[in-house]
Amino acid sequence: MSSVRVLVGTRKGAFVLTSDGRRDRWQVDGPFFGGWEIYHVAGSPADPDRLYVSQSMDWFGQVIQRSDDGGASWETVGNEFSYAGVPGTHQWYDGTDRPWEFTRVWHLEPSLTDPDTVYAGVQDAALFRSVDGGASWHELRGLREHGSGSSWQPGAGGLCLHTIVQHPTKAERLTIAISAAGVFRTDDTGETWQPINKGLQSGGIPAPEAEVGHCVHRIATHPSRPDVLFMQKHWDVMRSDDAGDSWYEISGDLPSDFGFPIAVHSHEPDTIYVVPIKSDAEHYPPEGKLRVYRSRTGGYEWEALTTGLPQQHAYVNVLRDAMAVDDLDECGVYFGTTGGQVYASADAGDSWEPIVRDLPPVLSVEVQTLP
Amino acid sequence: MIRVVLPTQLRTLARIDGEVRLEFDGQASQRTVIDALEARFPALRGTLRDHETGKRRAYVRFFACEQDLSHEPADAPLPEPVVSGDEPFLVVGAMAGG
Repeated sequence: MSSVRVLVGTRKGAFVLTSDGRRDRWQVDGPFFGGWEIYHVAGSPADPDRLYVSQSMDWFGQVIQRSDDGGASWETVGNEFSYAGVPGTHQWYDGTDRPWEFTRVWHLEPSLTDPDTVYAGVQDAALFRSVDGGASWHELRGLREHGSGSSWQPGAGGLCLHTIVQHPTKAERLTIAISAAGVFRTDDTGETWQPINKGLQSGGIPAPEAEVGHCVHRIATHPSRPDVLFMQKHWDVMRSDDAGDSWYEISGDLPSDFGFPIAVHSHEPDTIYVVPIKSDAEHYPPEGKLRVYRSRTGGYEWEALTTGLPQQHAYVNVLRDAMAVDDLDECGVYFGTTGGQVYASADAGDSWEPIVRDLPPVLSVEVQTLP
Repeated sequence: MIRVVLPTQLRTLARIDGEVRLEFDGQASQRTVIDALEARFPALRGTLRDHETGKRRAYVRFFACEQDLSHEPADAPLPEPVVSGDEPFLVVGAMAGG
């Protein structure tokens, strides 16, 4: 029988949650790397025993861990993220120029085909790649230097590159997102980039339809239909049918279109999930009800999924990297909260159960479906 | 011989049990001691000082002989009791936060 491994990054360590395919009894292991912030744990699609971890701490900086045995053992690998060339400056919150400075790795995206190749999205925003299993990292400098980089400004969480989407068949195409710059795409494996933010409208920036400057929170896609992208923006849930060349809003009847994560059902490319949050000032669910919203129509029409989720006094948030799906026949959906709960649904969101309730604040959730 | 005491997080990271003893030829300074530490425990690279600038990380402190040496030049000789191994060179995570 297939099994599921849920990789959870938290403010104070990593946790690994495992179950067989029934997903009704869970083993909880951890904390690993206790006391450190674990922004992301990611498994290689090409070799599920290959795991990468972004481990950091204000005191001691960035560490990257790698496992070659599914998490039974770990080794530290390269942690030197040097911007290529003379990095120059980007905009700071107050509008002044600020030199590019590495802070941490927000997101690790292992290659779809090669376990030794992995991308890292970092703060201050840049994209790095390793082709030697994390031993060394090299910036894909064309992104930061494509022209608008000096005008990028950080979002509230920092100037971070947090989303990396690989095209399932065109290895040369990558789509990435930066807060608060927007979405960028390369069709030559990172040599050159173009901003793809047409159709986004953002309040709070001088030109609401600017080419860059949008606070994109997360992008998701389905491998069977890679030109269709779904986006949770600061405000607005958006969709593109042309690989990001243009975007249109699909917020429809959501109670709030502010949020962080967005995910796509593993077998139904028009079924998507978001977790509405009240506002940018109030990062908790509307009415204190923790509700996942599902659209089975590719947007516009949404249904609240509440069974098993707290419907009163729930004031937690779900961060951008903290929702994922498994690949089992009945799609499983998982998310973690800033209150330390990790919820799982084994029936595509119809009902939910907490796997654990009292972890440190959850930063990221990834799922591996194992044979 | 120089004795180095690391904070718990870094001992765990580098899989070090207890204090580190470094046999040392030549002048012992913050720079040369950390060079030797990193050579012996590569997992510590980048955790005490910035890869790019070589500067001590902001929340890392170096103490010895009841003195804060953090702001001493990186190439300044360490105190004689540290060089002789009578006193340890302490790497400390600065108190920060609430």
